[in-house]
Amino acid sequence: MRAPVSAAIAIGVGLVILLGYFIPVPTLQNVRTTLLDWAVILAAVAAWVGAANLILVHVSRVRSQHESAAFSLVVIVAFVLTVLVGVVLTPANAQFQHVVTSIQMPVEASLMAMLAFTLVYAAVRLLRRRANLLSILFIVAAVIFLILDSGLLPFENVPVLVSGLVRLPIAGSRGILLGVALGSLATGIRILLGADRPYSG
Amino acid sequence: MDLSGIAGLIIVIVFAGLMVFFVVWNRRFPPRGMRPIQAIHRLRRAIGLAVEDGSRLHISLGSASLNTYQSASALLGLSVLGRIAEASSISDRPPVATSGDGALAVLSQDTLRSAYDKVNALDLYDPTRGRVTGLTPFSYVAGALPVFSDEQISANALVGNFGPELALLLDTADKAGAFTLAASDSLTAQGILFAAAEEPLIGEELFAISAYLGAGAFHTASLRVQDYARWALIAGLVLGSILKLVGVL
Repeated sequence: MRAPVSAAIAIGVGLVILLGYFIPVPTLQNVRTTLLDWAVILAAVAAWVGAANLILVHVSRVRSQHESAAFSLVVIVAFVLTVLVGVVLTPANAQFQHVVTSIQMPVEASLMAMLAFTLVYAAVRLLRRRANLLSILFIVAAVIFLILDSGLLPFENVPVLVSGLVRLPIAGSRGILLGVALGSLATGIRILLGADRPYSG
Repeated sequence: MDLSGIAGLIIVIVFAGLMVFFVVWNRRFPPRGMRPIQAIHRLRRAIGLAVEDGSRLHISLGSASLNTYQSASALLGLSVLGRIAEASSISDRPPVATSGDGALAVLSQDTLRSAYDKVNALDLYDPTRGRVTGLTPFSYVAGALPVFSDEQISANALVGNFGPELALLLDTADKAGAFTLAASDSLTAQGILFAAAEEPLIGEELFAISAYLGAGAFHTASLRVQDYARWALIAGLVLGSILKLVGVL
């Protein structure tokens, strides 16, 4: 172990959080709440570090006169403007929020619109890439549920068929989620045991 | 302490105990091998090819925040990043990791640093190779898309928590002709990656990647414990159904 102190702190904090979740002892609960509050503050600081990192990447692009340096310049100017205006007006300011959401929402909505075409194209490409029984079943199921959810056909008159079909994906997703839960548990325990250290240790 | 709390704690302790037991057991009696997963086999090959042809690998960690329950997939993504960084440390172009969360980006930089330190190649470390590309799911994807064209990416490993926006990443990777392995803990993302990814990993296969990339004895042991726990769950579900059917429950 190259950094035993950081590993010991991480494992200790992890154990306190875990025990505080299961054992309702007031002292433990208080320590747990304090540690979680610190985590929230640290996450907020890390968001700033992340933003600074993003800007550094774009500054280096502008400096090296990268072919997309103009876009990087837009990112830097928009970031600096948003931060300055946000600091002066505060993020709770209604006009500030209106300006930010008026820019961000249409951009994200247009990406969402692109997504619809991308997914249709992906479904077509799936049959070209992996033309097997599973892929065909996937496409057929997608089409069936699109029709069911569209409300265009009077399937409500056949409630047994509809309820039977609607239960199928719930059953399937529960199976997948159980596997994911076991995997998440294993990942958490590996970190608690210090076998997996996503930090310098 | 209520009954569910006791049960939860017992499950965690038993799970941890079994993991330690199988680490020791596997040392004495090495397992015969793991079920071949084509996607991971192809990822290993893509890492080798990227090292040979001097192209770059891209690891996308998604946009899960570390203080949410989706963080397990992101932490696993970091483990995969570490393994890939070590495996490609002889390459001229070290891998790049993108994420949609500040804390995750800091950890990805730390993971890269730690991986290079491990193989005595700390000069390869560049903090801008572990970067945030956006702090909302769509801005993350919008920021990550140029990475495909600007960084000569030949292979992608998308491991973490994603939403439907994953389709845009996969489509761009496909157009760039880059190999893509994709795995996520999100059900929406799993549906999308099945349709759009070149090599999708469905369900708990996500949690097997690090063990298959040789991340260590604990990863292999935890895979084995997960298998046994799954069988125990199946048995419990079947038994519960039977008991309900006969009117005991």
